[in-house]
Amino acid sequence: MAKSTLMMNGREVGFEPGQTILDVARAHGVDIPSLCYLKDCTPTGACRVCLVEIKGARSLMAACAMPAAPGMEILTESEKVVKARKLNIELLLASGRHDCVTCEANGDCTLQDLAYRYKISELRFERPEKWYPTEDLNPMIIRDFSRCVLCGRCIQACNEVQVNRAISFGYRGAAAKIITSGDKPYHESDCVFCGQCVEVCPVGALKEKKAKGLGRPWEVEKVRTTCPYCGVGCQLWLHVKDGKIIKVTAVEDGAPNQGRLCVKGRFGYDFIYSEDRLKTPLIKENGEFRPASWDEALDLVADKFKGIIAEHGPDAIAGLSCARSINEDSYNMQKLFRAVIGTNNIDHCART
Amino acid sequence: MTNSFADFAKAKMLLVIGSNMTEAHPVAATFLKNAVLKGGELILVDPRRTDLAGFASIHAPIKVGSDIAFINGLMHVLIKEDLYDKKYVDSCCTGFETIKAKVMEYPPERAAEICGLDVDMIYQVARRLAAVKPAMLMYTLGITEHTCGVNNVLSCANLQMMLGNVGFECGGVNPLRGQNNVQGACDMGALPNVYPGYQKVGDPQAQAKFEKLWGAKLSDKPGLVMPHMMDGLVTGKIKAFYIFGENLANSEPDIKHVEHCLESAEFLVCQDIFPTETTRFADVIFPAAAWSENDGTFTNSERRVSRVRTVSTPPGEAKPNWWIFKELARRIGGQSWTSNSAQEIWDNEVSVEAPQLCGVKYARLEGDGLQWPVPSLDHPGTCTLHKDGCFTCGQGRFTPVDWTPPAEVPDAEYPFTLSTGRRLYHYHTRTQTGRCQGLNDLLGEETADISPADADSLGIEHGEMIRLRSRRGEVALKAKVTDQVPPGMVWMAFHFREACANWLTNPVFDPVSWTAEYKACAVRIEKL
Ligand code: SF4
Ligand code: SF4
Ligand code: FES
Repeated sequence: MAKSTLMMNGREVGFEPGQTILDVARAHGVDIPSLCYLKDCTPTGACRVCLVEIKGARSLMAACAMPAAPGMEILTESEKVVKARKLNIELLLASGRHDCVTCEANGDCTLQDLAYRYKISELRFERPEKWYPTEDLNPMIIRDFSRCVLCGRCIQACNEVQVNRAISFGYRGAAAKIITSGDKPYHESDCVFCGQCVEVCPVGALKEKKAKGLGRPWEVEKVRTTCPYCGVGCQLWLHVKDGKIIKVTAVEDGAPNQGRLCVKGRFGYDFIYSEDRLKTPLIKENGEFRPASWDEALDLVADKFKGIIAEHGPDAIAGLSCARSINEDSYNMQKLFRAVIGTNNIDHCART
Repeated sequence: MTNSFADFAKAKMLLVIGSNMTEAHPVAATFLKNAVLKGGELILVDPRRTDLAGFASIHAPIKVGSDIAFINGLMHVLIKEDLYDKKYVDSCCTGFETIKAKVMEYPPERAAEICGLDVDMIYQVARRLAAVKPAMLMYTLGITEHTCGVNNVLSCANLQMMLGNVGFECGGVNPLRGQNNVQGACDMGALPNVYPGYQKVGDPQAQAKFEKLWGAKLSDKPGLVMPHMMDGLVTGKIKAFYIFGENLANSEPDIKHVEHCLESAEFLVCQDIFPTETTRFADVIFPAAAWSENDGTFTNSERRVSRVRTVSTPPGEAKPNWWIFKELARRIGGQSWTSNSAQEIWDNEVSVEAPQLCGVKYARLEGDGLQWPVPSLDHPGTCTLHKDGCFTCGQGRFTPVDWTPPAEVPDAEYPFTLSTGRRLYHYHTRTQTGRCQGLNDLLGEETADISPADADSLGIEHGEMIRLRSRRGEVALKAKVTDQVPPGMVWMAFHFREACANWLTNPVFDPVSWTAEYKACAVRIEKL
């Protein structure tokens, strides 16, 4: 079947049935900005930042919601489009307390990027004087309503991506608010702290509490790794500053988790910094542990094992490997048992 | 898993047995819920009314440990009503006559009685499963942690073969692995009967191959499984025991027994990142580098090998685990192993020795990793095993199995069934999650989850302290009254030391896999 085509900024481009104008644009490297749009979710058309001009249409259309049709002639950055986008961005900026220097999202904020891209230099509109108070009652998520642009992405992440059904729109008009379970605080709602709402919030309204004040996005190096908890093996970005993980986000579009995490993967990283960590080899003497050097501890174990092998044979030694640690550790342990000690008495808790 | 997580969201029919996925594998569950939102159908088989029940068209609350009777009953209906996939069974499977004879012994009426279900439900489930193809079956430890765990698994496979569902995208038999690298530890040969890549101990060819690779004489005798190692500590057959990472004193059934075994050890070496209840018994403790303190790989439930990367150095003198083993190899056997990093171990040894992993090298793992088998360097990896019903081992073989009850069932003295598992906010014995800021605030203590009906008849309030007693031990903890739990059951996790389910659990095992029966033992509830 011949691909359908449309004209985008004077260029003919092909598309698949079912694609929106935004999909088509992104597939062809045309940068239409978006804010409320969340991949794989029902478009809400809430922010009107992705407006485009379609020849013959009476008004500008939201590219994220508008299905592509053959023969459409689309302008993505016309004067009319830019003017409308600017207005919408100005309105969003005026809707809340968007004073970036004090915001945790500074440097990683879609609204900030949009204001910069469309060269907005002053605020023409009055901003409201009062907001719902910031909610800082749970250990993981800070909710700053003064910065919420009511884009609805957190609602989609909660209802359509993670399907936990904890977040929704509440109240109307000027009183509009994002609420959890009948406007209870997060920790008293149906929330399971997967943090997907934080992951998708385009501004500084939802932020990781544990990361607060620990580093600006431009100071941070992102390292990809695999979650240390369950057998799904989610892919994580570790946000690292000065050799320390300050927060974790999901790898977008990566297998297997496609940008999703659960509470353990997202918030369960700081155990490695616990003061309880074992820091030196320990040898038990008269019922008490005392620190030892590696040489002493390793030689002690080696001598003991050699003695046992000589006296009772290699099958008098047994070992358990670790189902939490890396493959290479398990490999070396089984090799130690088989090729050095000489026994197949090697197992792990394969069964839990 | 025979299939991939990517299939979950696309599946049209999902059968989930013994898996509380929203808590134990939360992200996998999100894909499954997506499938339901898109019109897919979920059938949930679980004694508890877990969160997934809210997404299921049918929730079959079978009695703990009655899975085989249930599945045999389903297959009975499939055959009786001529609903099974004849073409698939004829061309891809063997042993149909024997399985037929077996499941004819399980008419739905009998199955329903064993399972504590309405007989209609068995008909309904069988008919729905036959109506939508392919159906994807997933299970977790609700299937394996039984004295009949292996038979439970065989049952799942029997059912999926009879429905003609093995070997297709969005089909298959899919165990979700509990821990992040259980799959990998098995692949690496940390098992008493196989070398890396599942090459069998006792097979002279495999032995010769590894003797040559490792330059050492190897034993042809399969080793001991964990429960036998533990017994060996008491009998004196095992003189030295080396525990890497596991916190046996909390994670194994019957803590008193486990601690007695550990205490009896003549020489115990522990290697860990934290002092644990287990390291107390050690003679020597080696401090290890933790996750994100050294490079390496994990292999997830869908056989995907993914990279783990370093961001910081281990504290104090702690060292990578592989380094510790390498040092011991030198000091015990005078062997000098050449690989000096996880990458060298993988690229030069693992992927050379394990046929499934031949094509996996670190250079190929930069993005999303690779799903084994990856037989060559240009192979893209394998999302679905047994593609189109062509089983890697020839034809799919039906294995008839009989239902057997759990080793310990409720009686007058211990009238409740205790079943155990994991909760969302913690992991295993909390050595890690218990030390993450905030997680203890989200869940700070264990509870005994009981049904409103039982709470009522025992006069127990939600949040009241109660005592649970089994033949092995007792714990005092708060009652959580919840309609997730059916009457007659108590449900607990093993995250917290004082109120750990394993003070109570029964140290009996599947005779083939040696998995413990964590899912069923008998307890009594006492008011305090
Ligand atoms: S909290 Fe964030 S994601 Fe949710 S509506 Fe407000 S700005 Fe959008
Ligand atoms: S983020 Fe959650 S679901 Fe994903 S691997 Fe980690 S524990 Fe499992
Ligand atoms: S991104 Fe299209 S309306 Fe918000």
